[in-house]
Amino acid sequence: MLEIRNLHARIAEDGTEIIRGLNLTVKAGEVAAIMGPNGSGKSTLSYILAGRDDYEVTEGDILYNGESILELDPSERAAKGIFLAFQYPMEIPGVATMEFLKVALNSQRKARGEEPLKIPEFLSRVKTAASSLDMDIGMLKRPLNVGFSGGEKKRAEILQMKLLEPKLCVLDETDSGLDIDALKIVADGVNALRSPDRAVIVITHYQRLLDYIVPDSVHVLYKGQVIKSGDKDLALRLEENGYANIIGEAA
Amino acid sequence: MNVHTGRQPTPAESALVDAFVDRMGELPGDGEIASARDNAIEALKTQGLPSRRVEAWHYTDLRTLLRSVAAYDGAAGTNPLPPVIAGSAVAFVTNGVAVSAPRVEGVEFTKFSDKLSDGSVIRELAIRDGDDAIGQINAAYVTDGWAVTLADGLELEAPLELQNAQARGQGHVRFPVKIGKGVKATIIERQTGGEGEGFSTSVSNVTVADDAEITWIILREQGVDATQLAQFIATIGSNAKLTLYVVNAGGKLVRQEVHVLVKGEGSDFQLRGVNLLGGDSHTDVTMTLGHLVENTTSVQIMRNVVTDRARGVFQGQINVNKIAQKTDARMACNTLLLSDDGEFDAKPELEIFADDVACGHGATVTEIDGNHLFYLRARGIPENEARGLLIKAFVAEIVEELESEPLVEALEAILEKWLAEHV
Repeated sequence: MLEIRNLHARIAEDGTEIIRGLNLTVKAGEVAAIMGPNGSGKSTLSYILAGRDDYEVTEGDILYNGESILELDPSERAAKGIFLAFQYPMEIPGVATMEFLKVALNSQRKARGEEPLKIPEFLSRVKTAASSLDMDIGMLKRPLNVGFSGGEKKRAEILQMKLLEPKLCVLDETDSGLDIDALKIVADGVNALRSPDRAVIVITHYQRLLDYIVPDSVHVLYKGQVIKSGDKDLALRLEENGYANIIGEAA
Repeated sequence: MNVHTGRQPTPAESALVDAFVDRMGELPGDGEIASARDNAIEALKTQGLPSRRVEAWHYTDLRTLLRSVAAYDGAAGTNPLPPVIAGSAVAFVTNGVAVSAPRVEGVEFTKFSDKLSDGSVIRELAIRDGDDAIGQINAAYVTDGWAVTLADGLELEAPLELQNAQARGQGHVRFPVKIGKGVKATIIERQTGGEGEGFSTSVSNVTVADDAEITWIILREQGVDATQLAQFIATIGSNAKLTLYVVNAGGKLVRQEVHVLVKGEGSDFQLRGVNLLGGDSHTDVTMTLGHLVENTTSVQIMRNVVTDRARGVFQGQINVNKIAQKTDARMACNTLLLSDDGEFDAKPELEIFADDVACGHGATVTEIDGNHLFYLRARGIPENEARGLLIKAFVAEIVEELESEPLVEALEAILEKWLAEHV
């Protein structure tokens, strides 16, 4: 589903290279965890996948279902099924959450040549998704993410993911700022989306989230490269020994 | 023209003064009214149009900005538009002629031309001060309008719409509106234009009696070649509430002055401004507000969206009288700049002579937040639409304060239309 080949990318503004020859393949149905120390390029990778133009790809390619997505803007990537759950979801005063959800969903449908959802159908989908995440529908009457706690914001991200039904989900440190109960709810939400035609990339610092979202593969990112890949046991070893050994091995 | 300096009049100044000789025979009123007109044109002739050296016009140098004045065009009249809110009672003026007024129980409409003819509105034509260029031009040339009286205790269900259409050419109108005690009403002052070159002035002079609760909405949708100079003048009695919305969406050169005196205790004045500025337009909202007595409150919030090479101005002057203790006055001017060539100037002035008051002001200028934009785009919303959502969000806060759903929808429709044309 996703194939990243020898990717090099830098910050557009100052030219600092962050991703330095990254290779990664994620198959449909797979849950891949990406771990790594601070500054290894994890969040940058998630932004580049979503198409943020603060970063420039200088070399290599990103293939999604066999096609390069480098020339697609963020909304086109979203319409093709790529979803980034933000580490820090934006608070946007003045944009009603429901309106936002409706516009997002229908924009994607339009881009795919589908009819807009009728209001009752839309509302019923939102209600179903909200109750499965134990979210109060009243929250959705507020402006987008405004006044939400850290945990509520993360839940709102998963709610959006459920509604938009993407094919490739990228979760950027979704566990940060969550207490254990919220973590379970969010993880259940993600697990419910696991399916043979959907891939999930879980970016995280800690093994903790991987107890709840059990990955098929684990990749260690360091200085903009995947320096080691393995199965879920790799995450456990990292938890015990830290990154130093693996970094040492790779060097 | 200016004998003191020997300065050459600008083409616009000449046109304004010269036209008077041709027009004076057709302007209603004689005796005192005619001399008031003469005095107004004489003042204009002597002073010329205000330049940046006049403090009140510093950011809107009319002498430079007003390059020409559209000539009268007897055929510029149009038909009324459907009201902004279905079911409103519409009083219609076009090309400087009061054409039609609705029948509404408790509301009396009189043609302003009749009141000029019988001389009963001589005090209406008073010039505010030496810098009152709008008052001068309007007093010299005003032809018509509607004088409206709302009876004590009246509660209007449907809004009253004062619709003034100047498709092209020149027109000068007045709306003296007397609002009785305890009246509850929404009044929409709708200033519409057309595609041709236009030059118009409009003065609304409103007295709000005790205990009244009035929402007054000025909706301005003018063409790209239209100049409009307008005043909203109000006095507010005791325990009354006046909420004024000024929505500017179009026009080449616009100045909307707001002059309010809060004269009665326990009263509140709210100003909300939405300036949607595009193209090469220049739009100025200038307010003077006097808190004259104890225990009065006011809040002014401006939200300005500026794109292309448009320029906007907000001047807000609050004067708190020495005896006006416990005054609470707040002013904010927030601008969203969408282009590098746009400009907005904000000038707050607080003149406080009482010692036990709470007054504050602030101004911000921002761009669209790149993080917000990316977030929306990452959810599949195309860039243009995402920008539109964020611009709407910027003005939504004050539009949504309106308690009337049809009004909120009407303002959102104006915003949508403007966005479709400019963003």
